[in-house]
Amino acid sequence: MSTATLTHEHDHHHDHAPTGWRRWLFSTNHKDIGTLYLVFALTMLFFGGASAMLIRMELFMPGIQLLEPDLYNNLVTNHALIMIFGAVMPAAAGLANWMIPLMIGAPDMALPRMNNLSFWILPAAAIMLMLSFVVPFFPGGGSQINTGWTLYPPLSLQVGMSMDFLIFAIHLLGISSVLASINIIVTIFNMRAPGMAMMKMPIFVWTWLVTAFLLILVVPVLAGGVTMLLFDRHFGTSFFNAAGGGDPVLFQHLFWFFGHPEVYILILPSMGVLAAIVPTFSRKPLFGYKHLVGAMIAIATIGMVVWAHHQYTIGMSLGAVKYFMIGTIIISIPVGLMIFNYIATMWRGSMTFETPMLFAVAILLMFTFGGLTGVMLAVVPADLQYHDSMFVVAHFHYVLLPGAVFGLFAGVFYWLPKWTGHMYDERLAKIFFWTNIISFNITFFPQHFLGLAGMPRRIVDYNAMFTEFNVVSSLGAFVFGLSHLLLLYIVIKTVRGGRRAEAKVWEGADGLEWQLPSPPPFHSWTTAPQVR
Amino acid sequence: MPGLRITSGLLPLLAWAGRADAELGLNFPPPVSTVGQEIYHVHMVTMGIATVLLVLVFAFVIYSLIHHRKSRGYEADQHFHESWFGNWSWVIVPVLVLGVDLTIAGSAEKTLEAIWTVPKDQKLLDVKVIGHQWWWEYQYLDHDVKVESRFVAEDKAGEHYLRDVDHRLVLPTNTKIRFLHTSADVIHAFWVPEIGFKRDAIPGYITETWAELTKEGVFRGQCAELCGTWHARMPIVVEAVSPQRFADWVRDQQSLKLAAAAEASSDRTWSREELLAKGEEYYVTKCGACHQPSGEGLPPAFPALKGSKVATGPLAEHLNIVLNGRQGTAMQAFNSLNDLEIAAIVTYERNAWGNNTGDVVQPAQVKAAR
Repeated sequence: MSTATLTHEHDHHHDHAPTGWRRWLFSTNHKDIGTLYLVFALTMLFFGGASAMLIRMELFMPGIQLLEPDLYNNLVTNHALIMIFGAVMPAAAGLANWMIPLMIGAPDMALPRMNNLSFWILPAAAIMLMLSFVVPFFPGGGSQINTGWTLYPPLSLQVGMSMDFLIFAIHLLGISSVLASINIIVTIFNMRAPGMAMMKMPIFVWTWLVTAFLLILVVPVLAGGVTMLLFDRHFGTSFFNAAGGGDPVLFQHLFWFFGHPEVYILILPSMGVLAAIVPTFSRKPLFGYKHLVGAMIAIATIGMVVWAHHQYTIGMSLGAVKYFMIGTIIISIPVGLMIFNYIATMWRGSMTFETPMLFAVAILLMFTFGGLTGVMLAVVPADLQYHDSMFVVAHFHYVLLPGAVFGLFAGVFYWLPKWTGHMYDERLAKIFFWTNIISFNITFFPQHFLGLAGMPRRIVDYNAMFTEFNVVSSLGAFVFGLSHLLLLYIVIKTVRGGRRAEAKVWEGADGLEWQLPSPPPFHSWTTAPQVR
Repeated sequence: MPGLRITSGLLPLLAWAGRADAELGLNFPPPVSTVGQEIYHVHMVTMGIATVLLVLVFAFVIYSLIHHRKSRGYEADQHFHESWFGNWSWVIVPVLVLGVDLTIAGSAEKTLEAIWTVPKDQKLLDVKVIGHQWWWEYQYLDHDVKVESRFVAEDKAGEHYLRDVDHRLVLPTNTKIRFLHTSADVIHAFWVPEIGFKRDAIPGYITETWAELTKEGVFRGQCAELCGTWHARMPIVVEAVSPQRFADWVRDQQSLKLAAAAEASSDRTWSREELLAKGEEYYVTKCGACHQPSGEGLPPAFPALKGSKVATGPLAEHLNIVLNGRQGTAMQAFNSLNDLEIAAIVTYERNAWGNNTGDVVQPAQVKAAR
């Protein structure tokens, strides 16, 4: 978010950076595109958050007060897709754009024009996604998308034209992700400064390398799956239609072959952020660098082959469920090693607790909790109870909010002074942290009990026996949702001004990005740094 | 455009207040089947192990947070990661985690095999469980009995609203029951927490599960897989009774069925009033979820019948749609209903809500149209 006036003094000699809207629309600069990604993600976070708050408002009390059932289901679908594809993935891509070139000593991304394309596809995709939500409200717009983000046929074959908008939105989002991934891989392989060996790269760069490979491997499978859906809907094929000799379960396999690695796509970049933050505020080197690299690769590899643990209840063969159960439980080994390494980095450190570190510690504790309920879910007999209940909703929010979203918040607080040249307001940021974390737990912890007591997920109305915990959860959700307005305020305030940030913002920070001034010049590392 | 409809604001609140002294559910309800007990055991073991691990992680982190902080003047140990522990932790930690993993998987494995394998070479009671949008059909294959189980409105269901049905799934205790799961339209899932598992109902598939109920009583659950608009209104109520009472119940159902069949196939001509009265009853239970008791439907997915082209147009086309469904929409074929039921429903639809066609459809006409 460096403004043109701030950067001119550094780059007047050969720079002809466009100003005004051209600067952003035609941008090939990794910092500007990173900023665009982050602003886009923050916008989407508020859309996704609004839909979540409407959902919790409806579930506040038993009865149907606010949303008729299809609108409720439409919001459930929309909330997931916006948060995953609109908020978390673009925010992680924003961090990658900003930080990878700075961290590896590259002047920019390897493919700057493709970088521009991969960002500018996103707003188009977002409009398409929003259209899929609103089209049913116009005359002749067909029925609403009441399938959830999993889009399981045959239900998704019954939906009106809004499903076609959604399918094209997914295609566009997929193209954007694959282009960004190609760019990141090419950059990391080719643009490292002299001496920056692969095994010297910051873990954040490693996590993004792994994530980019995952994206390229699994996003086309999703694209293929939804294309088959499109063909079933309009061209008379029967891929997923049992009456035509097709198989509704095939779609589930295709979807989760993408969907499960997607979880790691969301989490890994944030875990990379933690690997930067924890050593900085512990004032000692990262514990087990090589082990972490190995763990990340192992997580991605095993994560690719355990997708069907989302489908235990379809009635696979005994051999198949055993394989998927054991495979899934095995993931706890690299994940456990990763968490262990972060705790060992804190161990015997000299810790201070600025906002990024507060988030990091909270993430370690809550992500561990979410991971452990994940192990419970992996166990087939028990999962036959948990599956599709509110317990699952609680579990994946404990994994994805700490594991992905809070990691991104931590990263934003950690690097915001670097990006803007201003320190954020530490007092406000701490208020944000505590409000955010406490209300998050109030929202999602009671949902475990709801699931165990027998409340299915994705229902618009529930029996009075589930009232108490739903009331608590909704109250938590309102505070949690509104707390993000404070985040917005802090970010805007920091962009507009504040105490000047030094080049090395944090006392214990280590890495190439801290050798550049804050904010870094429009074109940085025009001469490659020498890495020891 | 789907409008907002405010339904039932106050009633649930009263129902909630009425049970304010009831216990909060913090864990699964006590299992009432043999497999349910084993599953409950696996759940408790896994949760126990997970809790111990969580406490350990919290303990280490909190210890570190208290002691290893700059404000206490703690000097960072810059060489901790190079100690023997730092060099070998990548072996020690995975081995420990693997040990925990194997314990969990081992405790689950036997139960998994027991619940996944339906007992062979013995007498099983076969119950086919068919999911429909949005009701359950239970076929007792050995007894030629069929139960249609539908959601009951709030004023009748009371505190069990959304967990209550018009016709229960009656099952005998101490009998091995095999459930055969399938669906007539989209994917649903059969879930009664007390029985201990859930299983998807998938069109084109028939999958099997089994259970033996150990306790008499009424056990409530609901559909667990998002199946469209009224997913929240697919309750499942199991009534477990002694084998003796189950046999009596089956006999009652069979005689009811014979009586209904005899009534439907008699050649008598039904009066307009008789058909309208029966038609309203059948319409509300079998058609009302989508087309609504008011006939206004839930457009655009479920069109209104009030003043619709079909319900006020040619009779033959109306009958055809009811009997054979409409391709590419949620309207399924209702040819499993008997002639009298369809005649009554169609008569009702053509005369209710101001659709004053005056048509009266006799069962014989339906028979001819099949």
